[in-house]
Amino acid sequence: MLSFASSPVVDAVMLEARAADFSKRSLKREAKRAAIDLAIRCIDLTTLEGKDSPGKVQSMCAKAVFPGFGAPSVAAVCVYPNMVAVAKAAVAGSSVKVASVATAFPSGLSSLDVKLRDTEAALSDGADEIDMVINRGAFLAGDEQLVYNEVAAVKRLCGDVHVKAILEAGELGSYDAIRRASDLCLDAGADTIKTSTGKIGISATLPISLVMCQSIHAFYQRTGEHRGFKAAGGIRTSKVALSYLVLIDEVLGGDWLDPDLFRLGASSLLDDLLLQREKERTGRYPSPDIIPKD
Amino acid sequence: MIKSKPAAASARNGNGNGAQRTSKRLQYATSRESTPANIAASYGHYIGGKFVPSSGGETFATTNPATGEVLSRVATGTPEDVDRAVAAARTAYEKYWKPLSPARRAAYVYRIARAISERARELAVLETLDNGKPIKESRDFDVPMASAHFFYYAGWADKLEYAARGGRMPHSRGVVGSIVPWNFPLLMAAWKIAPALAAGNTIVLKPAETTPLSALRLAEICADADLPPGVLNIVTGDGVAGAALAAHTGIDKIAFTGSTEVGKAIQRGRAGSRIPITLELGGKAANIVFADAPLDAAIEGIVSGIYFNQGHVCCAGSRLLVQESIHDEVVARLTERLETMRIGDPLDKNTDIGAINSQAQLDRIKELVASGIAEGATLHSQTAALPETGCFFPASFFTGVGPGMRIAREEIFGPVLSIMTFRTADEAIEKANNTRYGLSAGVWTDKGSKSMYVAGKLKAGVVWCSTFNKFDPSSPFGGYRESGFGREGGLEGLRPYLELDP
Repeated sequence: MLSFASSPVVDAVMLEARAADFSKRSLKREAKRAAIDLAIRCIDLTTLEGKDSPGKVQSMCAKAVFPGFGAPSVAAVCVYPNMVAVAKAAVAGSSVKVASVATAFPSGLSSLDVKLRDTEAALSDGADEIDMVINRGAFLAGDEQLVYNEVAAVKRLCGDVHVKAILEAGELGSYDAIRRASDLCLDAGADTIKTSTGKIGISATLPISLVMCQSIHAFYQRTGEHRGFKAAGGIRTSKVALSYLVLIDEVLGGDWLDPDLFRLGASSLLDDLLLQREKERTGRYPSPDIIPKD
Repeated sequence: MIKSKPAAASARNGNGNGAQRTSKRLQYATSRESTPANIAASYGHYIGGKFVPSSGGETFATTNPATGEVLSRVATGTPEDVDRAVAAARTAYEKYWKPLSPARRAAYVYRIARAISERARELAVLETLDNGKPIKESRDFDVPMASAHFFYYAGWADKLEYAARGGRMPHSRGVVGSIVPWNFPLLMAAWKIAPALAAGNTIVLKPAETTPLSALRLAEICADADLPPGVLNIVTGDGVAGAALAAHTGIDKIAFTGSTEVGKAIQRGRAGSRIPITLELGGKAANIVFADAPLDAAIEGIVSGIYFNQGHVCCAGSRLLVQESIHDEVVARLTERLETMRIGDPLDKNTDIGAINSQAQLDRIKELVASGIAEGATLHSQTAALPETGCFFPASFFTGVGPGMRIAREEIFGPVLSIMTFRTADEAIEKANNTRYGLSAGVWTDKGSKSMYVAGKLKAGVVWCSTFNKFDPSSPFGGYRESGFGREGGLEGLRPYLELDP
């Protein structure tokens, strides 16, 4: 059962002002080099398209393990359930995890039974992490208990496998709702809360992420448990990725600057991080053509 | 990615209070703004379109409070210098500025606004060097806001008849004498110069003793903009020059921003005269946080309210009135938030808290803080190390503050907040108004009706609801009671510079 009746209120004006501060921090030289490598290590390299094929997934997985230029491996790859087996084989022997979206991604509008079977399929093919979507329709209709129950049921099924609950914050309509959904998912047992599916216009933003991290911070203070955060969708440049690291650092603290507790879900971000990494190493921008494409 | 979940905070961290500050924290390398400020070795007064030495030949040093380094030497203003400047302003008024068509006057003011924007980076560096404020603030607040004031008032220059009530025709007054403080040197100069010029007056400005450089740079900008000689005059110096200007019989209006003590002296000196005065003086603003407030937002508002510009802000939210039921939570969160604030080199783009403007001000802050401790309040400060040289004071707050303590009544003008509690809205209002000042106030609640009710009962010139320290050139700003009178900004800020046909 839901353990608390309401969540703290959020005010947009100061929230957005604080979020804007994170992008004003300036990381230079050795600080920038360290931050770029950390960002790479926190990436969930993602392909979630109807046209995903084994070849595409294998190619992406190879890049996830060896991004090139001596850069570290990313944290995980994120694929549809059908591609879990292919991805597992492709990253075998590396530190890269395989995450699978499940639970009728991206809408989440199927019966709980179907969602659990979807999750089960991904688990049986060896998924290390499950990125589930919450039921936004139920949430907006006021049925918080249903949302809670679904998250709890998926987590129960997954056991020790890491569950990331996707809020699809862009559909929730207000920062108050995002805070409420965050609290709800954490309370229901989600290991990580994730901003977005990447399938709608509004994906991760700094203010949305700030609300969610405030929820994680409050949960930590209440229970002592470290829960994770994943920003996904729309993060394409190193500069933006570094702003997220600043946010995590200043709101959650150093413990969270770790792929166990922070992820950046992205497909093209890695290319820009590699570009900036080379620029920091050599002092000049390489041609984008030398960055490996998957 | 399976992780163990400790049963309680203490199992893993031992510190359930706040984000973990481990060695894993992100390192921000020093990131200094590198634009040169191009400071000359010395400056004279700017009188009649020329830089001229003091009549007495004396100069004084202006220093960088973050390092103690001498930045330049400027002329020490004498009563004779003020005479010369007022005479130049009078000549320029009669000869150039009064006969000029309003549209041409507007064009000059626009030109100044644009030039400030174009030279924004250089002005920000100059301001940070001379004042000690973080480059983040001079770059994102002081300089853009100064430019915005010129843009705003430029628009009024040829529409003055709409500024008057009852169909009376407005006219310029003549020569304006302005004295500005050191906390926002360029911005305060802009607040005076922009409406004065747009309304058709000429002006003599006396910048603060410790921060004359940005006003002198503004003089250069005006010269580059071909502003007719004598329309803007700047006399640098200490209280001698200020007093001479305030008492000068050749000026037609006085606009002063600074301490209540000096403001009172100016008003006393002008009693019985017909010279209109506007005074923007001190404050001890109440920032009221109700238990139903969005607390994360309120913490940001508290931080912005008292730590912006090291608390050198007349409208700073320096008295925090927090509803008793959330007092401990607010203190815990504020303690945690202070640890994310970076104090140090003001030119570093990552610095949140820069240098205290002068040794004298630092001494005053320390003296008041010592009084707070002696009177029984508890001081909490950020733990970050202070730079070894220069004038710095950590972001701090007091708990256990009694209503009679000096730290609850006197303006500290530094990064030090006094926290007190209240139980009901009416008690909050009573405590908030229990001060000789009345410049600003803040109200934090999620309930709109309560916000409006409290705002309406606060005796303060500006009440910010669910935000703090928000400014706009079109919005009037000014005080009640010993915080002064008259407004700056907006239409209300233009009127004091106009005289109406009988």
